[in-house]
Amino acid sequence: MEKPTERHAGFELHPLGDAAVIVQFAKTINPDAHRSVQALTAYLDAHGFPGFVEAVPAFASVAVYYDPRIVMEKLSSTTEPASCHERVCTLLAQMIRQLHSFSVGHSRVVEIPVCYGEECGPDLPFVAQYHRLTCEEVIAIHSSAEYLVYMIGFAPGFPYLGGMPERIATPRRETPRLSIPPGTVGIGGRQTGIYPLATPGGWHCIGRTPLPLFRPDKHPPSLLQAGDRVRFRPISHEAYAAWKEQAP
Amino acid sequence: MTLTIVKPGLLTTIQDLGRYGFQKFGVPVSGAMDPFALRIANLLVGNEEGQAALEITLQGPTLRVESDALLAVTGADLGATINGQPFPCWRPVLIKQGSVLAFGTARTGCRAYLAVAGGFDVPLVMASRSTYLRGRLGGLQGRALQAGDVLKADSPSAAALSLMDLLAAGPPGRLHAAAAWGVGAEILADYTQRRIFRVMPGSHYAHFTAESRQDFWRKAFRVTPQSDRMGYRLAGPVLRAAAPLELLSEAVACGTIQVPPDGNPIILTADRQTTGGYPRFGQIATADMPILAQVRPGEEIRFVEITLPEAERLYLDRERKIAELKYGILLKQRSRM
Repeated sequence: MEKPTERHAGFELHPLGDAAVIVQFAKTINPDAHRSVQALTAYLDAHGFPGFVEAVPAFASVAVYYDPRIVMEKLSSTTEPASCHERVCTLLAQMIRQLHSFSVGHSRVVEIPVCYGEECGPDLPFVAQYHRLTCEEVIAIHSSAEYLVYMIGFAPGFPYLGGMPERIATPRRETPRLSIPPGTVGIGGRQTGIYPLATPGGWHCIGRTPLPLFRPDKHPPSLLQAGDRVRFRPISHEAYAAWKEQAP
Repeated sequence: MTLTIVKPGLLTTIQDLGRYGFQKFGVPVSGAMDPFALRIANLLVGNEEGQAALEITLQGPTLRVESDALLAVTGADLGATINGQPFPCWRPVLIKQGSVLAFGTARTGCRAYLAVAGGFDVPLVMASRSTYLRGRLGGLQGRALQAGDVLKADSPSAAALSLMDLLAAGPPGRLHAAAAWGVGAEILADYTQRRIFRVMPGSHYAHFTAESRQDFWRKAFRVTPQSDRMGYRLAGPVLRAAAPLELLSEAVACGTIQVPPDGNPIILTADRQTTGGYPRFGQIATADMPILAQVRPGEEIRFVEITLPEAERLYLDRERKIAELKYGILLKQRSRM
C-alpha cells in the first residue's frame, strides 16, 4: 500500500506519486476550505521551499509538486533518515498551522462582458424553456450573481466557477457538441463556466464573451485566477462585434 | 546550424523537460514523453540536459543537414541512417553539411530523440520550448513539424565546439564522424524491453472492488491505439469502484492511473490535463515513465505493486545514474578520446 494518509486537525496529506503531495482541506466545496487553499497556494508561491516546483490549487485541495533530488539534498529532517515525502509533509504541516496568520490578499472582481443568446448562445432558449422562464429572465439571473473562481483546470484558462443560482441549473446536453467556440459561456448541471479554447463539450451555450480567457503571451496567461470574483455584464451584439473588431 | 525537414514523419515535435509553474492556470506540463532519452541526447552533444530537442514518434522524419552539426540520437531504435549508412545512436556524431539523416519505423520502442549542439532555437513560451499540440503553443508555432520547416540551433557550448574540432580532424572526405564513446549498454538494459511497471496504489485504490484490485495486478492490459501524448488508454480487465464515488476535481500528475466510469484505466502522460475528477487507482513510479513512453499501441503491459519509499529510491537511483553519466560524458568530452 501507498503510505497511509497523514491526518491533522483541518487537513490531510496524501501522496500523489513520488514527487507530489496533495493537501486536502475538505471533501466538499466550502468557503473555509477555499480560503485555506488560497492561503497555502499564495504562501508557497511567495516563499516555496528547497525543491518546491509548483502548487496547483483545486476546489478543496492543493497539490504541491517537488523535486525529490533537491528535497533530499537541501531539506533537512528532524527525524533522520526521513523519506522525501516525510520531509515535505513535515514542512507543509508546520506551514499550514501558521496559515491563519498569513493574509490572502484582497479578492479581485473581474467583469466579463457577455453577449447572450442568438448565434452567441444558441442554447439560451432551451435553458429558458426548461425552467419556464423567458430568455431575458435567464440572462438577468445569470448576470446578477457574483461568482467565485475556485480553480483553473480542465483546459488552459478554464475557470471552475461557484455561485450560480440553482434556478437556472440545467442538466448537460445528451449529445455533446463537437466544437464550442472560444469565449462561450455555458451551463452544465449546477455549474457555469467559460470555454477559453475551441473544445468539444456537453454544456448548454448561453452566450459568448469577446475577452480572451487564455493569452499565452501575457503573464499570467489566464485572465482569471483562483480566488477571483466574477460578474457577467450583458452586452449587445453590436457591442460584441465592436469589441471583437477592436481586439480580434 | 540549420536542419531542413524533408519529410516530417508521423509526429515529430520540439520538446524540452516541460513547462512548470503554469499548471495553476490550467496549462499542461508537456515536455518529452521519455525525459531520460532527451536528457542523455542533450548531454552527449554538450548541452544542458533540458534543452529543446526533437521527439520522433513511431515513424521518423528525413532531415537535411544544411551546415556542419554535432547531433545525437537516443531513445527508440527507428533505424536511423546517415547518407544511407546506419547512424550510430547514443553517441555524439559530427555531420557534414549536405548530409541526409533519415529515420524509418520503430524496431524497438516508440519514441526517439534528436538533440543538436546548442539546442533548437525556438521562442520560450511560458518558460519552456515544449510543444503543446492541443493548446497550439510552444515548439515551432505550436504544431508538429512539416516538410519544408527550417530549424536553427543556438550556439554550441565550448565542450561541443572542441568535440566538433576533434571529430573533424579525422580522415578527410567523410560525411560523418562518430565519437568512439557513447552511453553503455548496461544503462540501456531493459530500457526498451521491460513491460512490467511499478505502481503505488493511489488515493482511491481502496474504493475499488476486491476483484478489480486483484485483476489489476494479475492480468495484462493492452495499450490501445487511442493513446497519445496526453495519456495511455488501456484495455483489459474493467476496474469497478465498489460504490459510486463523488469526487471534487483536483490535481493529477504524470503517471497517475485514473479510471473513468467505463472502467478502462488511463495512464496520464506528458500532455495530461492539470486536474481531473476521476478516481485515482494508482501512480506509476516516476522512474518507470521513460520506459512506459517506449511502449507502442497494441503492446501489453503489466503492473506490480511497490511502496512510496521504494519509488523514491528508484527515483533517486536513476538521478544518481544520470549524474554519473553526465560526469563520464564531461570527462570524455574534455579528454582527447
